[in-house]
Amino acid sequence: MSKASERYIDNCLESLEKDGIPHDLVKHAKEKIMKDQLTESQIDYLADKLYITYMNSLVEPAEPVGTVAAQSIGEPGTQMTLRTFHYAGVAEFSVTQGLPRLIELVDARRFPSTPIMKIYLEEEYAHDEEMAKEVHNRIEQIRIENITYDVDLDFIEWRIHINLIPEMLKKKGISIDEIPKILKRYKKKGSIKKEQNSIIIDPGIEDLQKLQKLREKILKKVIKGVRGIKRGLITKDSKTKEWIIQTEGTNLQGVLEIEGVDSTRTYSNHIHEVQKIFGIEAARNLLINEALQVLEDQGLDVDIRHLLILADLMSQNGLISSIGRHGISGSKSSVFARAAFEVTVNQLLNAGIYGEEELLLGIPENVIIGQIVPMGTGGVELMMSLDDNLKILREKEEKEKKLSLKDVNDE
Amino acid sequence: MAKKKLDVLRHNLVPKHIILTKEQTKDLLNKYKIRVVDLPRILNSDPAIFSIGAKEGDIVKILRKSHTTLDEIEYYRYVTKEKTS
Repeated sequence: MSKASERYIDNCLESLEKDGIPHDLVKHAKEKIMKDQLTESQIDYLADKLYITYMNSLVEPAEPVGTVAAQSIGEPGTQMTLRTFHYAGVAEFSVTQGLPRLIELVDARRFPSTPIMKIYLEEEYAHDEEMAKEVHNRIEQIRIENITYDVDLDFIEWRIHINLIPEMLKKKGISIDEIPKILKRYKKKGSIKKEQNSIIIDPGIEDLQKLQKLREKILKKVIKGVRGIKRGLITKDSKTKEWIIQTEGTNLQGVLEIEGVDSTRTYSNHIHEVQKIFGIEAARNLLINEALQVLEDQGLDVDIRHLLILADLMSQNGLISSIGRHGISGSKSSVFARAAFEVTVNQLLNAGIYGEEELLLGIPENVIIGQIVPMGTGGVELMMSLDDNLKILREKEEKEKKLSLKDVNDE
Repeated sequence: MAKKKLDVLRHNLVPKHIILTKEQTKDLLNKYKIRVVDLPRILNSDPAIFSIGAKEGDIVKILRKSHTTLDEIEYYRYVTKEKTS
């Protein structure tokens, strides 16, 4: 038999699509059919097989997908070791990985224990190491203590001497003239002078303790950089071969304003921050990526669907809510479900005081009272239609009466 | 240094957000036999919502890149004010 005409193929696939097969699957099928030049009967067979296999793969109604997702994520969790792997190579950033990070994600912790950012650079900066360094200097937080040999107290004249390191100033791209201006912003009183490689501050304070306190404050003052970015590292991205900056500490708002930073790709691992700046959908995507990363790093293969359910649930209210009693589990409408989860007595007590009603619509509450759980087969109620059945019975009787009459007549 | 204006919708992590017309809203609610409040929420202070100019009470269609197929997945959210309680 010869290969089928394109019209035949299109008709066949059109009816497949009408029956509910997704568009990209049908497209794939067409490519395969054209490439292998199948005959008409082969195409029919393929179409049937496709339909059956696809329909069988769909989730059935009342399937407890949430429970399955929880188990599918939890079970590999028990295999996760609690140690952290160290980044091989130059980058010595310690990032929370493994089980602790997964717990952070699922609990929607307000701040990750190791906030990091991945800063992508704009086209002109991404392939030039010098320009990348420029951006890095604008971002990394530099304090007075990073660029001075020491900060001395002059007890005779009641002055503070800041002895700067010229090489550091050059390396970080700071000019010594900028410093008095920046310091003036913090301390309005008194004079600030520049003297060779030192800054001399005359704060007009005669008290020793106050002077020492001021000295401590000055050491910690941020001269340059974005607030919160403690350390930055310029590396080459392994996939795209461009220069990127990885930082310890996050401040998306601050970093995205810096010239040279690509604001369409830069991100951090701080879910709530991303939600505040890019919105809930972005936070949801980040959550999925982070969770997937944790599992992949440990060598665990969890189907992404389970993570999708988790992420959708956590982002349902417009903000990222935690799974525990301060989030999703705590906002269930069933009293018994909440009581069965945590803080039992409080829930029952409050329910009694406020006269709450238990509708017994969910799973834990029905387990507690011993009723069939509304999941799987329990999600279906079958009822017999008495009228229809009586009608069928009567028709059967009529038919049999007619047959027996016929027999009598024939005899 | 001049402040760059951040276009939230252009970021990798942010999918397409589209406001539904009254007609489309009616069709959606009828198709699934739901009320507006049954939908998942999105805040009207959400940066993406602010970008497209959606208001409280609107329904936005979000076209997500699917992790399991090649097509885009439609997801609907109801724009609501943040609860202060």
